[in-house]
Amino acid sequence: SQTWLLFHHEQYNSQCDQDLSENGHQVCNEAVCVGPAPTSKSYLNMDAIMDAIRSTGAQAVHPGYGFLSENKEFAKRLAAEGVTFIGPDTHAIMAMGDKIESKLIAKAAKVNTIPGFDGVVETADDAVKIAQQIGYPVMIKASAGGGGKGMRIAWNDEETREGFRFSSQEAASSFGDDRLLIEKYIDNPRHIEIQVLADKHGNALWLNERECSIQRRNQKVVEEAPSTFLDSVTRRAMGEQAVQLAKAVQYSSAGTVEFLVDSKKNFYFLEMNTRLQVEHPITECITGLDLVEQMIRVAKGYKLLHKQEDIPINGWAIESRVYAEDPYKSFGLPSIGRLSQYQEPLNLSNVRVDSGIQEGSDISIYYDPMISKLVTYGATRAEALSKMEDALDNYVIRGVTHNIPLLREIITHPRFISGDISTNFLPEVYPDGFKGHQLEVGNRRELLASAAALYITAQLRSQKVLGNLRVSSTPVECTHWELCAELGEGLYSMEVEVDGGKVEVSGQWNLASTLLPLTINGTDRMLQCLSRDASGQIVLQYLGTSFKVRVLSKLAAELNSYMPEKVAEDTSSILRSPMPGSVVAVSVKPGDTVAEGQEICVIEAMKMQNSLTAAKQAKVKKVHCKPGETVGEGDLLVELE
Amino acid sequence: HPAFLLPDCRRYSVGHLSVKERIDMKRKAALVGGGQKRIDAQHKRGKLTARERVELLLDPESFVESDMFVEHRCSDFGMEQDRNKFPGDSVVTGRGRINGRLVYVFSQDFTVFGGSLSGAHAQKICKIMDQAMTVGAPVIGLNDSGGARIQEGVESLAGYADIFLRNVLASGVVPQISLIMGPCAGGAVYSPALTDFTFMVKDTSYLFITGPDVVKSVTNEDVTQEELGGAKTHTTVSGVAHHAFENDVDALLNMREFFNFLPLSNQDPSPIRACHDPSDRLVTSLDTIVPFETTKAYDMLDIIHAIVDERDFFEIMPSYAKNIVVGFARMNGRTVGIVGNQPKVASGCLDINSSVKGARFVRFCDAFNIPIITFVDVPGFLPGTAQEYGGIIRHGAKLLYAFAEATVPKITIITRKAYGGAYDVMSSKHLRGDVNYAWPSAEVAVMGAKGAVQIIFRGKENQAEAEAEYVEKFANPFPAAVRGFVDDIIEPATTRKKICRDLEVLASKKQVNPWKKHANIPL
Repeated sequence: SQTWLLFHHEQYNSQCDQDLSENGHQVCNEAVCVGPAPTSKSYLNMDAIMDAIRSTGAQAVHPGYGFLSENKEFAKRLAAEGVTFIGPDTHAIMAMGDKIESKLIAKAAKVNTIPGFDGVVETADDAVKIAQQIGYPVMIKASAGGGGKGMRIAWNDEETREGFRFSSQEAASSFGDDRLLIEKYIDNPRHIEIQVLADKHGNALWLNERECSIQRRNQKVVEEAPSTFLDSVTRRAMGEQAVQLAKAVQYSSAGTVEFLVDSKKNFYFLEMNTRLQVEHPITECITGLDLVEQMIRVAKGYKLLHKQEDIPINGWAIESRVYAEDPYKSFGLPSIGRLSQYQEPLNLSNVRVDSGIQEGSDISIYYDPMISKLVTYGATRAEALSKMEDALDNYVIRGVTHNIPLLREIITHPRFISGDISTNFLPEVYPDGFKGHQLEVGNRRELLASAAALYITAQLRSQKVLGNLRVSSTPVECTHWELCAELGEGLYSMEVEVDGGKVEVSGQWNLASTLLPLTINGTDRMLQCLSRDASGQIVLQYLGTSFKVRVLSKLAAELNSYMPEKVAEDTSSILRSPMPGSVVAVSVKPGDTVAEGQEICVIEAMKMQNSLTAAKQAKVKKVHCKPGETVGEGDLLVELE
Repeated sequence: HPAFLLPDCRRYSVGHLSVKERIDMKRKAALVGGGQKRIDAQHKRGKLTARERVELLLDPESFVESDMFVEHRCSDFGMEQDRNKFPGDSVVTGRGRINGRLVYVFSQDFTVFGGSLSGAHAQKICKIMDQAMTVGAPVIGLNDSGGARIQEGVESLAGYADIFLRNVLASGVVPQISLIMGPCAGGAVYSPALTDFTFMVKDTSYLFITGPDVVKSVTNEDVTQEELGGAKTHTTVSGVAHHAFENDVDALLNMREFFNFLPLSNQDPSPIRACHDPSDRLVTSLDTIVPFETTKAYDMLDIIHAIVDERDFFEIMPSYAKNIVVGFARMNGRTVGIVGNQPKVASGCLDINSSVKGARFVRFCDAFNIPIITFVDVPGFLPGTAQEYGGIIRHGAKLLYAFAEATVPKITIITRKAYGGAYDVMSSKHLRGDVNYAWPSAEVAVMGAKGAVQIIFRGKENQAEAEAEYVEKFANPFPAAVRGFVDDIIEPATTRKKICRDLEVLASKKQVNPWKKHANIPL
C-alpha cells in the first residue's frame, strides 16, 4: 500500500554506509548515506540526518523506532525546518520521554503508578542510598532509554553499584544522556501494554493490548495480541487510563502505554512510548487498522476515523522477534555474520515478516541484532500458534546463529500455551539456561530416521555418475542398509528399509534444498538440513533445534570406536570472546592475580556491555586485547596461568 | 592327519599339508598381518590396520587383492626364518571400487616390520601401479611405514626408486593420491611428494626427510615430531600436504568423497554426477557481496559456495597460502576446478606460495580434463625483498605458465580488482580464456588509482582531481570490455547460470599445444 511505502521510504531515507552496502531496502525510492556504521556517527547523528532530509526535499519524516524516534531535539529541529515529524508533538515526547516527569503526569491523570522513588541519580553511593530507601529489589535504568536498554535489576548494594556503572555507561553510549532512574522492582509481573491513537483534535482511542511478557534481559522476544490474561473489565480499565494519560499530555499520533500487571490483575503504569512500537503489527492484525497510515493522517491534521466501539478484537496474532543471537548463551548473545542463505516463510498464509535484510546481508556489530519480526495470525490463539510453528520451521537463516530454537520452544511450551507466563518465564522454565529441544523417544527415532534417509540418499546419489561407461555394472545399490547413528552421547544402530520399515520417511530428497519437507510415519514435518559432510556428520534442524547426527555404515561405526578422543582445550585458563564486539575495558594486566569471578574485561556488542570474568583464581599470563579493539567470537582475549 | 582323506588334494611332501590347506593357512596368515598383538597396538595408537583401511575406503566387497602370497626374499640377519615371513609382506595391494568407479590401492601394513619397505613390498606396489596405468584408473596409496627395510639394504632403496619412477610416469596419466596415515620418513617421502595429492591424518601421521633425533645431532635444533613433520606443519607452513583430517575414519570417508570429483584417467572426461541444484539458479546474494570501498575485504569462499552445486566445495590446501583459494566443486553435476584470489587474506595478492599453490592445482585440472573457473580480485604481486629474494619472478611465472598452457575449458570472472601483471596471470583472455566475464564492480587497470596518478602526474598539483579522473576512466569494467578483453559484463546473480551454460558448450572444446617432448615450466 501507499502508506507502507512511505513508511519505509521515510524510515530508511536515512541510511548509513553499512546498510547501503547491503543494498537491502528494495522498497526505498531513494536512499541517502548518513555516515559510517557506528550509530553515533550515522543514525544518531542529527546533522547528517538533517542534511539527508534537505537533500531529498522530504516533507515529512517517519522516524521508525529506536534511534531518534523519541528524541525531542530531533523533533524540534524538524519543526524549525518546516518538516513534519510523523509522531506526537515535541511537548508530549518531552513529557513522556522523561521517566520522572511522565510518572508525575500519570499520577495527576489518575493512572496507577509503581511505588518507588523518582529522581535523577548522580553517583553510585546515591544509587545505593535510594535503593535502600525503596527496598530491594530495585530496577536501575536510563532515564532516556526505552525498553530494556541500560536497565539492570539489583538485589543488594553491590549489585546496585555495578548496575549503576553499567547502566550509566550504556545509557551514555546509546542515548548520549547518562541520567538514571531507580524504582521498585515488581517481582513476577506481566508486561502488558495498551496501544493508543490520538489526533490533534482531542480525540483518543485505545486499540487493545499487547502482551509482551516473554522477555530476556528485559527485551521482548515473543508478543501477542490480545493477552490471555485480561478480562474485558481489566482491559477497559487499562485502556481508559491509557487514554486519560494521552489526553493529559495532548498526545497526538500512535503511542503505547506500558503497564506491569501482577497476578491479581493490578496494573501499574510503567512508561509511555511516544512512537510506533516494534510489535505494532500484532495490533494491526487484530484491529484491522494500519497504524502508520493513521499516524500520517494524524500528522496531516485529520480527525480520527474510528470511535472506541469500532475497535474490534478479531482473532489472535503472535509476533516472534527473530534475532541474530545465540540462544544457548544467556537466552541470546549477539552473533554476527553474513546471511549466506535467507528465505522468509512467506509461502505460508497468514504470515507477515517485517525485515530490513535479504540474502547476502551482513549482520554487523553496530546495530540491534534483530533479523525480523515474524507475525502470524489466526482466528484463534491455537491457530496463530500452529501457524507460528510452521513459519519458524520454514524460515531459512544460514550464516548467523539465530534464536529460532528458543522461539519455537517458547511457543510450544505447555506453560506458554496455557497462558501461564510472566516476565520471568525464561529463567523459570530454563533455570540452567536454554538447552534446545529435548528429544523424547519418538522424536529421537524420527530424527535419526530422517538423518539416515538423507545419508542414504546422498550415498545413492554418489553412484549416479552420468554418461560414464566405466562404472561397475554391478553397483552397490541395495535396499537394506545397516547404519549406526551417533547423537549426543548415545549410539543408535538402525536398519532402514528404504521402501518401508519401522520408521517410514518419505520426501522429495532434493539434496540441494535448504528445506526438507518429510513425511515421517504419516506426520508432515519440515526439517532443514544445515550441513552434511563426507564424514557422515549431518546437522538437521528439527522442531526448531539443530541436532548433530553422525551417520556411519556399520563397518565405519565399528572402526570409529578405535579412534581416539581428541583432548579439548583447557578452557579455565583462557578467556575467549563469547561473541563478536569491541573491547570496552581491560581490567587486568600480565602478572596480576585474579580471583574466581573477578572481572577481566568488558566487551560491548550491539549496544550491550558484557563483563567477562575469571573462571578460576590465577595469575594473568598474557593479555591479547586492548580497549577499543574489535574482536570476533572465539578470539583469545586473556590467558591465565 | 586328515589330508589323506581328501583324494582330490595333491599331497605335498614337506609337512604333509595339502595345497588347499596351505593356501588357506597362508590366506589366514595374510589377513592378520603382524598378528593380533600388533593389531591391538595399532588400534591403541588410534590407527586402523591396513586391511581395515582398505575395507573402509572401498565399496563393500569390491576389493580384489593381489599378491597375498608374496613374501620378502631377505635371507640375512635371520630374516629367512619362518617366523619372520609374513604372507603378503608389509603391504596390502589390489583394486576395488569407490561408488562403482575403479581404483587401485596399496595400504602399508605397520604391523609387519613396521610397514617397512622391502623389495617384495615395492614390487607389489609397482605391480598395481602398472595395472592402473594399463587400464587407466587412479592409484590411492595409504602410507604407514617406518621406512626402508634396513635388513635388505640396497634392495629396499631400489624398491623406492622403482616406485618413484612409476609415480613420475603415471603423473598426468592417472590421478595419484597419497594418504599419510602414520610415519613416512626419509626417501619414502618422495613418493607422496610426486603424487597429485598428499593428505594427512592429524596427530598420527608424520612426513620428514630426517627425524627429530638426526635434526638434533646435525643442526642442534630441538624439535618434536609433530612440529617437524606433523599434519599442521605440512598443511600450514610447508605446503607439502593438501589437507589434514581428524582421524583414520574421517580421512578415509573423505577420500571417498574426494575421489568422486576425479576422472579415472587423462583419457576420461571430468565426471558428471546427478545434480539436484538447478543450473539456472539465480544467486541474488552475490549482487551485494562486493563492498563499495575497494579497500574493504570480503570472503571469496562466500562467492564460491553460493555459485557451485549445493555449496559443496572440496578445498585443497585450505590453511596454506590462504590468499588464493583452490579446490574442486561441481557445476550442474560436472566436476570443475575453482581458483580464486582471497581478498580476505593479504588483499588477495599473489606471492610465492600462492602462485605455486595455484599453479600446481591448475596443472592437475588441465592434465585431467577438469574445467577451470577462476574468480579474480587481485591487487597485484606482493612487493618486497622477501618476495624478490625468494624468487617471486620465477615462482609467479609458474602460475602464469600453468594458466597459459592449460587447454581445458577456462572461464574467468573478474569480481573486483584485476591489476597489473596479476591481471594477465589470472586466466585472462590473453592466455586463451574461453569465457571471461566482469562483474559491474570490476576494475581492470595497470594499478590502483592512487599509484597511477602519482606516476602520471608526478609533482603536479590537483592529485585528488586527477585521481578522480583516473577512477572514472579505469576503475570500472569498460576499458577491458571495449577492447574485448572481457566478453561480457554480467549481473553477479546470473553468474552460476552463465557458467553452467558455458560449460555445456565448452564440453566439446578441442585445443592442442604445439608438439614438444615436454614443456619447460620454470621450476
